[in-house]
Amino acid sequence: MLQVRIHGRGGQGVVTAAELIAYAAFKDGYFAQAFPFFGVERSGAPITAFARIDKKSIITREQIYQPDYLIVLDHTLIVDEVCLQGITKNTKLIVNSKESPEVISKSISRKVSSKNILALPASDIAIKYLERNLVNTVILGAFARLSGEISLSSLKKAISEKFADKGSAQVNKNITAVMAAFKYEEIS
Amino acid sequence: MKISFLEGSRAIAQTVANIKPEVVSAYPITPQTHIVEDLARFKAEGKADYEYLLAESEAAAASIVLGASAAGARVYTATSSQGLLLMLEVLYNASGLRLPLVMTVANRAVGAPINIWNDHSDAMAMRDAGWVMLFAENHQEAVDLHVIAYRLAESTNLPVAVNVDGFILTHSHENVIVPDNKTIKKFLPDYRPAAGTFLDPQNPSTIGGFFTPEHFWLERQRLDTDLKKSLPLISNLYKQWKKILRTPTPSKINFDNGLVEYCGPSHPETLIIAMGSMAGTIKETIRDNKNVGLLKIRSFRPFPDLRKFTSTCKRIAVIEKAMSSGASGPLFAEVGSSLSNYKGVISDNIVGLGGRDVSLQTIKHIIKSSGKAGVKFW
Repeated sequence: MLQVRIHGRGGQGVVTAAELIAYAAFKDGYFAQAFPFFGVERSGAPITAFARIDKKSIITREQIYQPDYLIVLDHTLIVDEVCLQGITKNTKLIVNSKESPEVISKSISRKVSSKNILALPASDIAIKYLERNLVNTVILGAFARLSGEISLSSLKKAISEKFADKGSAQVNKNITAVMAAFKYEEIS
Repeated sequence: MKISFLEGSRAIAQTVANIKPEVVSAYPITPQTHIVEDLARFKAEGKADYEYLLAESEAAAASIVLGASAAGARVYTATSSQGLLLMLEVLYNASGLRLPLVMTVANRAVGAPINIWNDHSDAMAMRDAGWVMLFAENHQEAVDLHVIAYRLAESTNLPVAVNVDGFILTHSHENVIVPDNKTIKKFLPDYRPAAGTFLDPQNPSTIGGFFTPEHFWLERQRLDTDLKKSLPLISNLYKQWKKILRTPTPSKINFDNGLVEYCGPSHPETLIIAMGSMAGTIKETIRDNKNVGLLKIRSFRPFPDLRKFTSTCKRIAVIEKAMSSGASGPLFAEVGSSLSNYKGVISDNIVGLGGRDVSLQTIKHIIKSSGKAGVKFW
């Protein structure tokens, strides 16, 4: 079972990001589960969302305590204890940040080694393609590339369906942004 | 039938729309779910035929569906937490008047302190209201129980509440099969209340008359008898429906009669008894455990006979998400009274209050401490 935990703030689309990961995995033929943990209901409050992907049925409903992937949409949250709870030496961290993995690793006392960190200027990519600092879909492009757990085609389909009511122009912008993140040169 | 990937609320809303109630009423503000939001949208988009009445409070929403049901309509409402408490007076009326209301309760804590998250405190406030109370473990069960609830309500004139864990089920996404109207119709015929059981201008009658001490207790006794008599019916309806809508079983189940489900070794040393979504987490915890089994209660009202599951186990650990402060958890009280001759150790484990996560670790600790009787908070 692959477990993903996403941290962000109210209004950043944290919950949607988890749904899209799970929905894309479902489209790839996996069993999947996504669920949020809301803090207080206001814009800007820290929010956590979870996604699980497995070849067999997922029956557990506990929150994710040892994520395989930790996705952080707002880099200011990374120093928060809650954010780094349960990380192991195998946990991969994907963070929206302009800093290098080395600098980020140092800022969190090497709790995650720099080789397990993917830092992506997701806000810049979002502003360029979406004209807004909405990074949830952008960062999923990076997740798809780094993890190989969800296919790009399923992710695109999931976004198209999820955002259908926002119109095709918005869908296309999001997909372009996802592609840009998917191809982001620092991904190795 | 197609497997969808849906939020729990959305799966329930689609199921309810496919059941085709005639009147839906709800109060749309916190604490509420996407269920009634979706039902309102289906109506606005012209995809549904029901009357959708926006109420000014939950007390009004419950009264509206009660009135519509008294006029012979198939009705639906949904609520949660404080909203359910505001409905409470009407809920007693619904069962006392023998009106087949169906309601979803998205289980959440009751304040104060203020809290929006999941537990079963709200449901336990309506425990004695004379309703059938069913609890779902996952999205598929939530969907199935709604279809069964209508058939049950309309064939017994008992109101039915389908309990789904707030957030944990209502706001989560997973695989689910939502039956279409054609499939539902194979099991649930159109609602045609019997003459004399509803308010009909052509055949004037009264419902909800005044009962003196001489007759009131008889009416209460009848409600109790009918609720208990519905146990085999719930079991049959569950089995019938699962033959119509076959769905994948997410984990190995050793016994399921609709009222309870057992999963684990044939002679467990420790038996866990629990309800709702945490059953999944418990199953995951005991997957390879040769000594521990889980008895999941699906029907809390009427309460089923548990004796055949407890004859050989040395310890029973009830795990529940509500507390009757000053006594024990409500499920523990029920288990205790139905197993009055039980000689082993029974413990009551109060978990998940106000949304506190029920983890595999919590369950492991409970199993470890199951040799010690009494009420414990985790």
